[in-house]
Amino acid sequence: MTKFKCKSDIAPSEITSESIYCQRREFMKTTGLLGTAMLLNPWATASASLTIGDYKPEVVNLDEELTSEKDATTYNNFYEFGTGKTDPSRRSQNFNTDDWKITVSGECEKPGEYSLEDLVKPFDIEERIYRLRCVEAWSMVIPWLGVPMASILTSLQPTSKAKYVAFKTLLDPEQMPGQKRSVLQWPYEEGLRIDEAMNPLTLFAVGMYGKTMPNQNGAPVRLVVPWKYGFKSIKSIVSIEFTEHQPQTSWNISGPNEYGFYSNVNPEVNHPRWSQKKERRIGDIFKQKTLMFNGYEEEVAHLYKDMDLRTNF
Amino acid sequence: MRVSNALRSAAAKPLVFMLCLVPLFSLVWNAFYGDLGANPVEVITHETGDWALRFLLITLAISPLRQWFGLAVLLRFRRMMGLYVFFYACCHFMIWLVADHSLDFADMFEDIIDRPYITLGFSALIFLIPLAITSNQSMVRRLGRRWKKLHQLTYLVTVLAISHFIWLVKADYLEAGIYAAIAVALLLQRTNIKKWFFTKATA
Repeated sequence: MTKFKCKSDIAPSEITSESIYCQRREFMKTTGLLGTAMLLNPWATASASLTIGDYKPEVVNLDEELTSEKDATTYNNFYEFGTGKTDPSRRSQNFNTDDWKITVSGECEKPGEYSLEDLVKPFDIEERIYRLRCVEAWSMVIPWLGVPMASILTSLQPTSKAKYVAFKTLLDPEQMPGQKRSVLQWPYEEGLRIDEAMNPLTLFAVGMYGKTMPNQNGAPVRLVVPWKYGFKSIKSIVSIEFTEHQPQTSWNISGPNEYGFYSNVNPEVNHPRWSQKKERRIGDIFKQKTLMFNGYEEEVAHLYKDMDLRTNF
Repeated sequence: MRVSNALRSAAAKPLVFMLCLVPLFSLVWNAFYGDLGANPVEVITHETGDWALRFLLITLAISPLRQWFGLAVLLRFRRMMGLYVFFYACCHFMIWLVADHSLDFADMFEDIIDRPYITLGFSALIFLIPLAITSNQSMVRRLGRRWKKLHQLTYLVTVLAISHFIWLVKADYLEAGIYAAIAVALLLQRTNIKKWFFTKATA
């Protein structure tokens, strides 16, 4: 992981000061929010939705400029709230993610229904700055907050039969008006091979820019798989299923010759719709070269060493 | 008729001319002083493409509107509308060539060959060129009957432009479908008229 500025590269004093700074900010925010909630509803018990308190800053860093928070929260592909780029930010504001439950099923020792809080609580929340590359040839640099997916999955004790992990987004057309139109097969489904899901880069993300996940970015919890096109990073997850066979994925059903199961960022594999050789970093006018595996070749190339990436696109 | 009188006035042409530039000015204004969102290049590309298609459909609507409402005066504006199709199509092409391909022609041609929807869109632009060149009065006179034949290329351009739009849609066909429905109606209306003329002439 030579490309990453690891935590150990930062002076200890720096870490302390920054984490205290973040804690302080978060503390004020949480107490502020809690106070307001109490005022509005005096019977409210402890907050039902996930709150992000302390987190380990910049566990994975990048030497690239962050995309502005405004751009990252107003330019979204989240068809559950509409197919326009600004639909999700405009139409998801009343999306209720309180008491979020995730169903765990399939080839594992600990199936069941979990609250998001219970799944995440045992682990430290880390900040990781990743590139996000959309198949539409644009990209962002986002500071995510989350828990390594491997930690979550390991805690659920997958069996030896668990070769893949399948994820599903919430199906709720009342809250997600985009689901009233069948532009895709709902609920949205995605999947990873278990070794991809267990790769240290794969993140179970609950926030970004130091805050809980905005609704339009996949609240309360989404996947972040930085070496794959953005649509693999499924949002608002309600189901995790360990499977023996390769699960189906929504975009693959919609366009089998365009969106493969793997969908690794690959400038060499031609796409019928967008040249994948270049990308527009949001905020820029001109395009820049797209990197193999979105710049994470060292970390993930070994996962595909005996595979033809042209047929397994 | 009040509408046709207003359209016949001397001020009508410059007014309509200015009105048709509003989409461009609003884009330029917003690019510098307003907000085109996180991906301004995409907005400009889509808007200029949308307006080229809208002007194309307006151009095609002039004949039927003239027939149904007896607004012969609309013909005064057909050339201008047609030239605005070409103008917005050129803007659409230029922003793509400059921002997406950094003026790299080899890169551009590769994209044209590799992606069918770009092949179609680029062909539409190419077919608009002879139409724009032969749009002035002296060309109309010089080409005579052949002018009409040549300008039937507009129908081909419509089919290409609509296919270009439909083909680039990822999943949500609603918007492209609306344009396609209008285009099909405008094209079918012409085939019926021709049949009607044909049967009348042979009867």
